[in-house]
Amino acid sequence: MAFNIIVCAKQVPDTNVIKINPKTGTLIRDGVPSILNNDDANALEQALQIKDKFDDVKVTVITMGPPQANDLLFECIAKGADEGILVSDRAVGGSDTWATSNTLEAAIRRWVKDNGDYNLIFTGRQAIDGDTAQVGPQLAEKLGIPQVSYVEEFEIDEDRKTVTVKRQLEDGYELIEVALPCLLTTIKELNTPRYMTVAGIYGNKEMKTWNAKDIEVDLTKVGLEASPTNVFRSFTPAPKQPGVKIEGDTENAQAKNLLIKLKGKHVI
Amino acid sequence: MNFSLTKEQEFVRKMVRDFAETEVEPLAADIDLEHRFPEETVEKMAKYGLLGVPFPTEYGGAGGDHISYAITVEELSKKCASTGVICSAHTSLCCWPIFNYGTEEQKRKYLPDLLAGKTLGAFGLTEPNAGTDASGQQTRAVDDGDSWILDGAKVFITNGGFADVFVVMAMTDKSKGNRGISAFIVEKGDAGFSIGKTEDKMGICASSTTELIFQNCRIPKDRLLGEIGQGFKVAMSTLDGGRIGIASQALGIAQGALDVTVEYMKARKQFGKSLSQFQALQFTVADLETQIQASRLLIYRAADMKDKHLAYGPAAAMAKLFAAETAMHVTTKCVQLHGGYGYTKDYPVERMMRDAKITEIYEGTSEVQRMVIAASVLGK
Repeated sequence: MAFNIIVCAKQVPDTNVIKINPKTGTLIRDGVPSILNNDDANALEQALQIKDKFDDVKVTVITMGPPQANDLLFECIAKGADEGILVSDRAVGGSDTWATSNTLEAAIRRWVKDNGDYNLIFTGRQAIDGDTAQVGPQLAEKLGIPQVSYVEEFEIDEDRKTVTVKRQLEDGYELIEVALPCLLTTIKELNTPRYMTVAGIYGNKEMKTWNAKDIEVDLTKVGLEASPTNVFRSFTPAPKQPGVKIEGDTENAQAKNLLIKLKGKHVI
Repeated sequence: MNFSLTKEQEFVRKMVRDFAETEVEPLAADIDLEHRFPEETVEKMAKYGLLGVPFPTEYGGAGGDHISYAITVEELSKKCASTGVICSAHTSLCCWPIFNYGTEEQKRKYLPDLLAGKTLGAFGLTEPNAGTDASGQQTRAVDDGDSWILDGAKVFITNGGFADVFVVMAMTDKSKGNRGISAFIVEKGDAGFSIGKTEDKMGICASSTTELIFQNCRIPKDRLLGEIGQGFKVAMSTLDGGRIGIASQALGIAQGALDVTVEYMKARKQFGKSLSQFQALQFTVADLETQIQASRLLIYRAADMKDKHLAYGPAAAMAKLFAAETAMHVTTKCVQLHGGYGYTKDYPVERMMRDAKITEIYEGTSEVQRMVIAASVLGK
C-alpha cells in the first residue's frame, strides 16, 4: 500500500503585487496574479522530498476555491504531486477558517473512502491573504490526529512510523517526535521549494473537482452564513516611526541624553 | 488565428521566469565580467528540463513545443544572454539535427543524455574561410573502411569548451561543392579531436566560443549523421530552427533591457520630475515596446509553423532579422535613456547592448536573413 501524503494548499493573490485601497482598507485584487501560497509551497516541497526518498509515496494536493484554483493544482502536479483535487462549490464560498476546515475535513474523509488511510498531512502555516494560521490546527482537531505547527525541520524514520520535527517558537524551538498519521504546518525555513519541470508542465494531470455533495459535507457548517467570524473592519496599520538611537560616550552621558529627550517631549 | 498561449506555454513562462530571476540574474553581471561559463546554471537547467524542451518524452525530452522553447530562451536571455545561447545552441544546433536526421540507434545513444542535460551539445559549421559561404568548407572527412578520418578546423563554436557531443560538417567530396558536404557526430575525447583557442568576445562573455581542431581524428562509421552528401541540407535546416532560438535570445535581451529601463525611468528624477514623465522619452518607450511586441509575434509565428511542420525557413529568417535588429536598437536606446550610468557596468544595459550585437551576426548575419527572405519573395 502506498504511503499517502495529503497537502492542503491555497491559491492567494500575490502580495508582492497587491495594493490596499487606502480609503476602504480592502485589498485591490484587480489584475493581481494568483499564486500558490508561500507556506503551502514549503508544505508541498516537504511532501515531494519524502516522495524523492521512497518509491511508494503518493502525494495528493487538496485545495478549496473557485474554478481558477485548478491552476494551483496544475502547478503542484507540474512540480511532482501525483494528483490534485479542487473542492469548489458556491455553498462553501465565503467560509472563514472554521467553515474552511469543516470543508477540508469532509474532503479528506471522502478521499479516505476512495483511497484508504493517509499517513501524513501537510499544510502551510498560514495564507498570506488572511494570516490566521488556524485552518491547519483546526483540521487536525477535526480529523482527530496529532499536530505540530511551525515546523522548520523535518526527519522521517526509515520505518515511517514516526517523524521528528523542530517546531519554531518565538524565543527558541521544540524538538518533537510524533507518531503517524499526523498533521504538520510548515514555515519557510523548512526548505526551498523546487520549480516546476517542463516535463511536469506537459505531462498528464490527475485533477478532479468535488462539490459539496461529493464530499457529503454538512451544509449548515460551511459557507459565509455558517462562519462564526465576522470581519468588523479592515484597516492598514499606520507605519511605525523608526526608533531613535540615544548616543553618548559613556552610560551616564547616554542616560543624560535620554532624560533630555524625554523632558523635551514632556514625558517626564 | 489564435494569439493566446496555451496553459502549458504560460506555465513554462512562469517557471522559467522564476528560475531566471532566482538562478540566472544574480550571476549575470559577474560571469560576464569574469568570462566564466556558468556550469552550475547548466546543471540546474538540466534538472528542470530546460535543455530538452521541444522533444518527445520517448527520447527523454520534456514533451514541449517550439513556442515553449522560444519562451524558455527568451526568459533566460532577459536576465543573461549568455545563459540563453547555451540553451539555444545545445537545443537547436545539436539535439535537433540528431533528432531529425539521426538513425534510431543514434537517437537512442545520444538524445537521452543530451535532453536530460547530462551531456551538452554544440555544432560546427563555420571555418576561417567558410562563414556565410558554407560551401568553402576545408575540413575533410575521408572514408577509411570502418571509420571516418576528419582533418581541419572549425571556429566560433558556441559551447565548444564545455560540450560533449558535436554535430560537425566536413567535406566528403570536394568536387560536388555543397553536395559534397556530410554531417558527423563527434564526441569529446575522440582521438585526434581537440579544442583550440577560446575567443575573447565583445558580448555574451560567459558563453564558451572556441575553435575545434581535427587532426587525423578517427571516428566510427556509424557517426555519419544523415546521408553522405546531405550535410549542407542538415546544416541549413538546423540553422533555420536555430534562428528561432537566436531570435528568442534577441527578444529576451530587448525585453530585459526595456524592463530595467522602465524601472530606472520611474526612479530617476531630472528637472523635478521622473524621466517617465517626459513625453519625448515616453514616445521612445512606446516605439521600443511596439518593436519588441512585433518581434515576439514573428518569433512565435515561426515557432508555431515549425510545430505544425510547415515550411518555416523564411518566417524564422524574418523573426531573427527583426528581433536581432530590434535588440540592437532597443539596447542602444536603453543605454541612452540611462545617460552616463548606462555606459557603466553598474547597470545591466551596458552588458545587454554588448550582448545584443552578436544576434545580428551568428547563425546567419542579418544580410543572410535578407537573402533568405528575398529569395522566398522573388524566387531564387
